Amino acid sequence: MTSFTDYILPILVTIIIAFGAIKGLNVFDIFLDGAKSGFKTVLGITPALIALIVAVNMLKSSGGLNVISDFFSPLSDLLKIPKEVTPLAILSPISGSGAISMFESILKDHGPDSFIGRCASIMMGSTETTFYAITLYYGSCNIKNTRHTLPAAICADLVSFIFSAIAVKIFLY
Amino acid sequence: MMNYIWVIITVFSFFCAIATDNMNTLSSAVISGGTEAITLVIKLSGIICFWNGLMAIAEKSGLTKIICNLLKPALKLLFPKLKDEKAKNAISMNITANLLGLGNAATPLGLEAMKRLQESSLKKDTATDEMVRFVVLNSAALHLVPTTVALLRHEFGSQNPMEILLPSVFTSLLSVSVGVLMTFILRKAFKI
Repeated sequence: MTSFTDYILPILVTIIIAFGAIKGLNVFDIFLDGAKSGFKTVLGITPALIALIVAVNMLKSSGGLNVISDFFSPLSDLLKIPKEVTPLAILSPISGSGAISMFESILKDHGPDSFIGRCASIMMGSTETTFYAITLYYGSCNIKNTRHTLPAAICADLVSFIFSAIAVKIFLY
Repeated sequence: MMNYIWVIITVFSFFCAIATDNMNTLSSAVISGGTEAITLVIKLSGIICFWNGLMAIAEKSGLTKIICNLLKPALKLLFPKLKDEKAKNAISMNITANLLGLGNAATPLGLEAMKRLQESSLKKDTATDEMVRFVVLNSAALHLVPTTVALLRHEFGSQNPMEILLPSVFTSLLSVSVGVLMTFILRKAFKI
């Protein structure tokens, strides 16, 4: 059965390409140039992914991941988020590649359509690497006093974590 | 920061493996991790390149400019005191790039916006209210098309990889709103 979310990507792709063609662009050549630059992005994240996937796998296979999840389980129980996603919640504000590595491992272990998998998907889709963004943006113009940036950004992240589980219950069940 | 975390994860895993007698699985994790990373990179590279190509078209055809102009009224609400037109432009281009899932295009635009915002500040080493709000906007994601997440869900056999779109947008809208609200509330507590 087709659900309306199945329309989103095809519509987007068609509009972008058709709009470009209407404007008289050689859309195919522009696409090739753009796609080529995508490889730079991919190459850029590869070393970090290697380091972090090995790290996540080590954490998982040694039983360390369970230790961490169990340690935070009083908190995750309180917030009603599955304890299996707490490692993702901890890692995602710090490292984008770390978040992808952890997300992949959650999907592999629990499946994308499980409650845990859906929770993790929404968490991934609604958070950004907070600490990285703050360091990068303020570092670029030598700002030392960041005032209320960190508390406000952490509040936003917490809302994402807590509501990822609530959103699954509201929208997907 | 990642420097410490990486060391901690590795050392912690080693001692956990000793404690739980899992050294054999830890050993295979070390052997297979790199391969798994490369497999993941190959899976991701297709969609990243495809999306980059599409966005190059959207950029050249002026489609991003149209979205950017649609966002202008919202900027007045978020940055009521901001007058600098060039700063506003850079900010709305940055938000557009983030919405479309173009993290790489968003960063240079964001840095440009920060430089503009800094020009109108009196104390150069201190963040202004506008800077704080802008950085919080960037640290809380607002993606309309979660391509990477959808792809990985698809790869692991999801029946409906895109089903997370609506709840994701709902959650990120809520999180961004709370973040922005906090910048208005905390403004007075953290004086320049």
